[in-house]
Amino acid sequence: MGSDYGYSEDDDDYYDDEEMIDGTQDEEEDTDEDIDMDGDDFKVSTKGKKKSYEVDYESLSQRSVEKLMQRDVEHICGIFGVESDTASLLLRYMKWNKEKLIEKYMDNAALVSVAAGVTVPEAPPPPLVRTQTISAPASTSRRPTTRGSKLLGLGSKSSKSSNPAPSTPRPPQRTSSKLADQAFVCQICFNDSPDMRTLALDCDHTYCTDCWWDYVVSKIRDESEHSIRCMAESCAMVAPDTFVRDLLLPEPGAPVGDKEKEELGPKMWSRLQELFVRHFVACNASLKFCPYPSCTNTVSCPTAASKSSLTTIVPTVSCGARGIGNGVQDMSRSQQFTLGLQGKEHKFCFGCPIESDHRPVVCNVAKMWLKKCRDDSETANWIKSNTKECSQCQSTIEKNGGCNHMTCKKCKHEFCWVCMGPWSEHGTAWYSCNRYDEKNGVDARDAQSKSRASLERYLHYYNRWANHEQSAKLSLDLYAKTEKKMEEMQITSALTWIEVQFMKKAVEEVDKCRMTLKWTYAMAYYLAKGNEKDLFEDNQRDLEKAVEDLSELLESPIEAENIPTLRQQVTNKTVYVQKRNEIVLEDTAQGFQDGRWRWNVSVDGFDDPEELG
Amino acid sequence: MASISARRLAKELREIQSEGCPVGITLLEANDFSRWLFTIEVMGESLYQGEVYDLQFRFDAQYPISSPAVQFVVTGGKQSPIHPHVYSNGHICASILGNEWSPVLSVIAVCVTLQSMLASCKVRPTDNDRYVRNAPENPKKTLFHYDDDT
Repeated sequence: MGSDYGYSEDDDDYYDDEEMIDGTQDEEEDTDEDIDMDGDDFKVSTKGKKKSYEVDYESLSQRSVEKLMQRDVEHICGIFGVESDTASLLLRYMKWNKEKLIEKYMDNAALVSVAAGVTVPEAPPPPLVRTQTISAPASTSRRPTTRGSKLLGLGSKSSKSSNPAPSTPRPPQRTSSKLADQAFVCQICFNDSPDMRTLALDCDHTYCTDCWWDYVVSKIRDESEHSIRCMAESCAMVAPDTFVRDLLLPEPGAPVGDKEKEELGPKMWSRLQELFVRHFVACNASLKFCPYPSCTNTVSCPTAASKSSLTTIVPTVSCGARGIGNGVQDMSRSQQFTLGLQGKEHKFCFGCPIESDHRPVVCNVAKMWLKKCRDDSETANWIKSNTKECSQCQSTIEKNGGCNHMTCKKCKHEFCWVCMGPWSEHGTAWYSCNRYDEKNGVDARDAQSKSRASLERYLHYYNRWANHEQSAKLSLDLYAKTEKKMEEMQITSALTWIEVQFMKKAVEEVDKCRMTLKWTYAMAYYLAKGNEKDLFEDNQRDLEKAVEDLSELLESPIEAENIPTLRQQVTNKTVYVQKRNEIVLEDTAQGFQDGRWRWNVSVDGFDDPEELG
Repeated sequence: MASISARRLAKELREIQSEGCPVGITLLEANDFSRWLFTIEVMGESLYQGEVYDLQFRFDAQYPISSPAVQFVVTGGKQSPIHPHVYSNGHICASILGNEWSPVLSVIAVCVTLQSMLASCKVRPTDNDRYVRNAPENPKKTLFHYDDDT
């Protein structure tokens, strides 16, 4: 059993879940440690308790969010004594702010009900009586009013009944079902067939079922709208859930109609459920919808709900799902491995729109950095490689031809492009510069280098940042290469699949650390000079070195006799890298909590840099 | 069975032909169920007295569930009325053509609404030039923000 545990993918696949819930699973594994070295080689003992760079959060499926909504709905039902359809409409109208709803509703129930599209405006009856009756039509809202007679002039089909047509072609707007014996023409499609089925909300604006269907589908599919208002002009009634459900989902035993509709209906209904959940999540600051495509999970993270909390924590969360699209969970382990990145968990930042883990740096700084990179990096690179600055007026000059005798367009300063010194000192050496070390030239280059220092500084950080980003992108290749190596090892040595897992672990660790390193450069760029920054960069350097060492080992060729030593080395390095990464993350997170970090620019939510020494 | 949009437009057209248009509105052209043209004139004492504008309707297959694309004609020497909700390219910013469209509204209802809308002040929208420069061909593709100034 011990070795089974060794490659149980629970080890890291559910890493985050373990961390946020409890350590039960870890303890179990820890007790196994003596027998089962393979699996626990990589365990760092800090696991099980929450680390300072992690936040408490909970991953919720669409189902669980629906349960949360249901709880609120039931709460409101209990207080107001209304049906759940009504409570849902009221809550959605009030953006799920229960306190506000209760206050307003207690103040003037009729007003709120009308505004929420629950009741018809005219002569609002006392709320309690009204709301109790409200669901009656909703649940039986499919009113199969078969019209016994038809008359209106438009229809080309001959009428079954001999009733004379009324002079006005438009029947009154408020065709209630009580007038069923009168001719009915749907005011939207002008269908008047006698066996047409019609529907209406409580406002009694009756239209045929087909038009309702088209309308509801167009609202849900084309407009992603969860609040479906009555089709009548300026009618504010909103269709309750049961109305829409009865429309979209075929009744059991109902006559089999349009095949297309039968398939589309349930799809639209489930899309509507998702829209409800998205609306609920959007209204709640402590919830966030997973940004990965076609993922419907939600993460609840109350600690990161307020803006101010984002200056002390980096709320990296994971929704619990993996991969893209459905059915990824069903994939075999080796498939997931081959997919590498695609099979990755849905990690994202709860506090900002960055769809990855930007630890250790806080949201505002990460955002500033990304913006700067978007604006600057390529331009800056071009400027650096293609231009020089006039040593007198610092204008940026591109030399696109001609000799080295430059005359600045702006200040008319004449200088040598090669040495940057004044041209007057060049005498007659027109086309070759042999004065590289002359004092004036050195001075001019000094001045230039000073003005370029900030650009250089930025590029220093940017290039390292981009390098790690690039490496992370290449990690897909590395995964594939490593897998090959692992197979090779199994052939050339007597090691089993389980025993070569150390390679995979190492690759994963490198990948993770590169993410951390990447963002440490964004952080370092903005950190104000001082001891704190020095310490930060020391930690960064140690991690950088450890990661490079391990990467090199992973790239090294495999020889059968070396495998045991390689394994030993890789395992040791992996643990070391993991620890270095922990240190960087822990220390930085602690620094944010202590308010230790100072910036060289002003950052939202932090003190201005001027106030520091 | 003909599509709902064709059937509905046929019915609207028949009504227009049998009952006529309201005062100041005339049907200019309705050769098919994809594009209709009206002329529209503001009646009574108004800034637009004596001015006649061409109004174009374009319908898609989802009409009347989806709103028609309505704009003033600005080609062939025609001009759009000077109005704070009408751009010089003929596009109209009116909520009933956007989020307040209701499938029970008809072509004539839209004409009447626009006619009464015109009976107010006579200036271009403040952002006219910027909008017209970048506006899509179909006004329905623009997401207007509707100011309530009724």
